[in-house]
Amino acid sequence: MKKLTHLLAGLALALGITPAIAQDGPLRIEITEGVIEPLPFAIPVFIAENAAAQEYAAQLSQVVAADLAGTGLFRQISPDSFISTVSNFDAPVQYADWKAINAQALITGAVSVAEGGRVNVKFRLFDVFSEAPLGDGLQLGGTTTSWRRIAHKVADQVYSRITGEGGYFDSRVVFVHEEGPKNARQKRLAVMDYDGANVQYLTNSASIVLAPRFSPTGDRVIYTSYETGFPKIYVMDVGTVQRRILEDQPGTMTFAPRFAPDGQTVVFSLERGGNTDIYRYSPGGTTQALTNAPSIETAPSYSPDGTQIVFESDRSGTQQLYKMPANGGEPTRISFGEGRYGTPVWSPRGDLIAFTKQHQGRFHIGVMRTDGSEERLLTASFLDEGPTWSPNGRVIMFTRSGSGAGGESALYSVDISGRNLKRVPTPGAASDPAWSPLLP
Amino acid sequence: MNKILVKSGLIALAVAVSACTDPGRFGNGAGGDGTVGADAYDPNNPASNPNSPAYFSQRVGDRVLFAVDQSTLSPEAQQTLTAQAQWLNTNSSYSAIVEGHADEQGTREYNLALGARRANAVQEYLISQGVAGSRLRTVSYGKERPIEVCSTEACYSQNRRSVTVLSAGAGS
Repeated sequence: MKKLTHLLAGLALALGITPAIAQDGPLRIEITEGVIEPLPFAIPVFIAENAAAQEYAAQLSQVVAADLAGTGLFRQISPDSFISTVSNFDAPVQYADWKAINAQALITGAVSVAEGGRVNVKFRLFDVFSEAPLGDGLQLGGTTTSWRRIAHKVADQVYSRITGEGGYFDSRVVFVHEEGPKNARQKRLAVMDYDGANVQYLTNSASIVLAPRFSPTGDRVIYTSYETGFPKIYVMDVGTVQRRILEDQPGTMTFAPRFAPDGQTVVFSLERGGNTDIYRYSPGGTTQALTNAPSIETAPSYSPDGTQIVFESDRSGTQQLYKMPANGGEPTRISFGEGRYGTPVWSPRGDLIAFTKQHQGRFHIGVMRTDGSEERLLTASFLDEGPTWSPNGRVIMFTRSGSGAGGESALYSVDISGRNLKRVPTPGAASDPAWSPLLP
Repeated sequence: MNKILVKSGLIALAVAVSACTDPGRFGNGAGGDGTVGADAYDPNNPASNPNSPAYFSQRVGDRVLFAVDQSTLSPEAQQTLTAQAQWLNTNSSYSAIVEGHADEQGTREYNLALGARRANAVQEYLISQGVAGSRLRTVSYGKERPIEVCSTEACYSQNRRSVTVLSAGAGS
């Protein structure tokens, strides 16, 4: 159990700034300035317990492996190097064989498909160097069409047990699918699994749509559409794809909506007479102004406890970040670095605020503490903008756009440590991602 | 329906003249285009009719440009807008939507708000020149509809614009 503690501590730290894990011998932690050495794991192909399970067993274990390796915190050991084969889910683990190939974690699983199309997956996680299981075995079930979700849930369990953090693989991303050149771009709302699978379109390309956001339960999306010729806020039920305009929207344009943690209240920007302020819509109640200034106030985002709102304003002369009580009141400026700051988003953990920064012709995604201290820039490019948090507050997804006539937009993700920057697969150009909460 | 017809007419004309790098819906070229001939009315050239929408977009000039992150009207912009107001005052059967646009150097939400500032500055100027406010509406496209697609100031300066888009009808 002592080594297990090391394993947990090692990974917990690995999610932070600069520690590294030595991969030889028993686990130990080494703080270095270098790159984290990802934790090696072995995942033998899950055992198919009946014939109908054959096609799912291999795919399930592949998705679990891809989820874990995709974090940059884990490294999959090639099955070619395996000494042991696992043909019986309940057989004792040959720890020596896994130690010999330096697997620090071992994931075993078994899949069965019952009549009527229900998939059942059992899995176990082992800390090889402690020669002990890490947590209990677990069984997950679902329809055959939801097999990817089952795989993501297994991976979330593994991630969670080893890092001590919540998982994020069983989640979705709503985004804007883009087609056409910059000066005639068509946009459609779409939703997909966090890893780019199962893309589904939610709107056609008849109207410009912008910046969709999930409700706190992930069943609805709120977004801006030019359906009427003017930007207005709509709410869509993701399951039925039924949409309705948000009632009670005075002013010329309304945009940049986000749900409050209660899932009913909406905070957004309203423009009237050229001036943009932040308003709050309460269902059954009224729409009321939370700011009242001649400057631009936009891009509001609630703290996870719903007591505060962070937003951007150019009241100082340039775009900067401010926070204020959720009922309005005197804003406090929190960004003080060089350049312009926009699109602040409060982390679901409550500890950080992600933002877009513009400085000397470059764009960055960054994070800061909620009082504005400890600013860290995670990316740099011609145009990075619009961060959204993974459900566990460890990964940020955003839009990266290229320059010039051929410059397309794409979705990227990056750790809050600034590591593991990668493109998120989408069927074409894409922008404005918003991450769902972890699915139930 | 009338509105759509008028817009289609504008686009067709812009293609025929082919002086614009982008004959799109979002602005049909600045005023003073040398390719249009004499002022005499030519039934084959709608822009020669001073009361036509084509004349408004091409000869009067349907757009004005803005400095980076600004919504103040330059002397040139005021000159164009004074002429726009004169045209609108003469042709009272038209109303207009003033579109505000921004270049791509900015975040999406901020640029929407910035475009709204620009559209509003134009609307206020037109009203100050006697155009009834009930004939004017504003909308911002932020950075969603650039007219030029390069990523240099040559294009950005053209994209930071307002476009006064005519529609048939005297407004609300």
